[in-house]
Amino acid sequence: MSAVAETLVRRPPKRGESFFKNQVVRAIISIAVFIAFWELASRLNWPWVGQAPAPSKVLDAWLPLLNDQGYWYSWYQSSRRVLSGFIAAMIIGIPLGLAMATSRVFHDITFPVFEILRPVPPLAWVPAAIIFWPTQELSIGFVIFLGAIYTIVLNVVGGARSIDVRYFQAARSMGSSSWDIFRRIILPGVLPSIIVGCEVGIGITWNVVVAAEMISGGGGAIQSSAGGGLGFFIWNSYIGFSYPLIVVGMISIGIAGWISSAVIRRLGLLVTPWLRVR
Amino acid sequence: MYRLGRWLTSPTPYLMLLGFALFFGAWYLLSEVFKVWRFASLPGPHQVLVEWFNPNPVYGMSLYTPQYYMHVWMSVRRVLYAFVISTALGVPFGLFLGWSRNFRDFTFPVFEMLRPIPVLAWVPLAIVMFKGDESPVIFLTTLASFYATALNTMLGVRSIDEAYPRAAACLGASKWQVFRHIIIPGALPFIFTGLQISVGVAWFSLVAAEMVSGEYGLGYLINASYVNVQYPVIIIGMISVGIVGYASSALVRLAGDYLMQWRVRELALGGGR
Amino acid sequence: MNAAALQMATKGAIRIQNVDKIYDPAGAAVQAVSDCTLDIRAGEICMIVGPSGCGKTTLLNAIAGFHDISGGAIYLDGEMLCGPDRPKAEPGPDRVVVFQNGALFPWKTNLENVAFGPVMQGKLSWSAAAEKARGMMADAGLTGVEHNYPGEISSGMRRRVEIVRALMNDPKVLLLDEPFRALDSLTKSVMHEALLEIYYRNKVTIFFITHDLEEAIFLGHRVAIMTTRPCRPKKILEVDIPHPRNYSVLTSPRFRALMEETVSAVHEEAVKAFEAGEKEM
Repeated sequence: MSAVAETLVRRPPKRGESFFKNQVVRAIISIAVFIAFWELASRLNWPWVGQAPAPSKVLDAWLPLLNDQGYWYSWYQSSRRVLSGFIAAMIIGIPLGLAMATSRVFHDITFPVFEILRPVPPLAWVPAAIIFWPTQELSIGFVIFLGAIYTIVLNVVGGARSIDVRYFQAARSMGSSSWDIFRRIILPGVLPSIIVGCEVGIGITWNVVVAAEMISGGGGAIQSSAGGGLGFFIWNSYIGFSYPLIVVGMISIGIAGWISSAVIRRLGLLVTPWLRVR
Repeated sequence: MYRLGRWLTSPTPYLMLLGFALFFGAWYLLSEVFKVWRFASLPGPHQVLVEWFNPNPVYGMSLYTPQYYMHVWMSVRRVLYAFVISTALGVPFGLFLGWSRNFRDFTFPVFEMLRPIPVLAWVPLAIVMFKGDESPVIFLTTLASFYATALNTMLGVRSIDEAYPRAAACLGASKWQVFRHIIIPGALPFIFTGLQISVGVAWFSLVAAEMVSGEYGLGYLINASYVNVQYPVIIIGMISVGIVGYASSALVRLAGDYLMQWRVRELALGGGR
Repeated sequence: MNAAALQMATKGAIRIQNVDKIYDPAGAAVQAVSDCTLDIRAGEICMIVGPSGCGKTTLLNAIAGFHDISGGAIYLDGEMLCGPDRPKAEPGPDRVVVFQNGALFPWKTNLENVAFGPVMQGKLSWSAAAEKARGMMADAGLTGVEHNYPGEISSGMRRRVEIVRALMNDPKVLLLDEPFRALDSLTKSVMHEALLEIYYRNKVTIFFITHDLEEAIFLGHRVAIMTTRPCRPKKILEVDIPHPRNYSVLTSPRFRALMEETVSAVHEEAVKAFEAGEKEM
């Protein structure tokens, strides 16, 4: 899809220009410029951007880690938390959302409570969660659950609402039972919204996991050392003045987060083949 | 008035009350009356309300104490700065991303590359880069909001029906005139959705950042009250964040409604394509 | 109507010459238009009829300057709009388009919409343009809705506002892409007469795409029936019913005779398109 401006004015390309018009080439150029700029700023000790560790140092710090088992274990720990919290949110959130969408009575009872709790950010729940839950893992899990569940429920409800009412009418006129309608109209109709909700939800989940892991390392609400994970890795590097490792941790989480979003998108397309044709 | 009357005769408001009653009732009974299991250590709604409305609060924080408002104001102020900066940067950036393929090809890759990094993972780096107390927190909040605003604005530009800029071109408008008269108003609904999301994201990041590395502010208050074993204040803090967060979203939505009169009227007539 | 009003315009002759258009040449290579040659006389209402998705809109887009062409050339009053050296024309106020689903800017009032063209081109100041706009809207029976938004008025009125917006620019050609498709047939019949009324007042060439044969014969001086994809003129009909026309024309014997002549050609193409089952472009 071309950008809007290009539909209005165009002239025939000059020779050699088409290489630089290639999107992939441009992407590589811009990322290279970005890294070069960062390296320069760091070496010249510019304020703000220049205070970050240089990309060369980051690479130097990262390469030996690739053989370090502890590093990969951190990956595992964070991913495990994200996965379990997210699955819990889906197991409860999707049925909850479907119930809200299908039963007017249920919706009217639960939605208002749901809505007044929504503006409270998930991390504000951390101390309350720690007081309540017996173990730290459970408290972190609860906060993750809260973070993801709102997006999922809202997307399910929104998705169910947007199913064209004529699909229901068509099904009923062909003699479907309520269960049939649920299985064949509502469920598939809601699937695209569930997937979108999951994509957004997993981003929130990573945020919460990282924050929880950092807080567990950094003192404050969670004090014990049962933390670990990539968030803890970042915080630890900060405390230990190993600044390049901070960036290594950030990039690692970025990669992990990207992989999880990509997986969801892939699974989503598998489950909704009709959306593949555009 | 008619709609209010109709609403009152439907089961909706009563079910809503039932929902609230169940929620607060359960909380109250479990934590203050029966003191079941872990609920015993949780402050109950009655406890919290009494403290919040107490002219002479036990833990020093209530609607009557100036320190409470100071914390609220510190958080609000930070969100305000971050929101203004992120909107001023994010909207034009998003507009150009959607408008010009050249711009997009050269800037979007870097933008997308940094996006998967959770905002809160930036906390230590932000502290290293921006020395001081306020700047890291404001940077983090701005970063989170910026992404939400820019993405939604870009989506808004790309969602504009191509007939509009074409019609404008037929009518003799130059590229810049199309940008000003078609693209910006056309993207406005999405921009405002983005702004509402960005306010929510700002509060999300702010509270987290304050809990980890702040002095003053509602996030800090929630954390500190836990550390100092002043549990009712935790809940007061949570409720306050909720209220202020909701109010800021509502303000953005109202501003949007005001600027997009045409849309409000169109939707009111049950129309709109 | 007097003879002076029926005098034809002298500008706005379009010559479409051996035009080809291939979409996505490197990929799916869909040939929308193939070796199409068509002459549109200055000041006439030329109706283009064909099944959906046959490529008629592609021709309109090429004339308007929204797409390029893969071969051939298009001339307006002897000047080349697009051709071998310049595959894409520049959109401009000499060839204004009225779009199928309407393209009135929803965020501007009707008056602001109508006055948009001259103001953007710098030809008129805002107040002068507004005054001219009010006048033209009044001629088209649109007084009273100047300060409403397009979303607040009926679809029939919206079409009229859009046509007036186009005419404010004194275009040579009015390009109409199935403009009445989304209207119900009752509103449509009123719009036909309104369009003719507007045509008699402002002499422009009209290039009108439709799939409705009745509409085409009722409105047009000539009707070009196009083949299904790839698009090419199959049959050109001279509609010798005299202007000014009104709705009684529909039941006249001459009208019925013209319909008989052409309906089989149109039907043939419609069946071909149906069997091909291609998605509309």
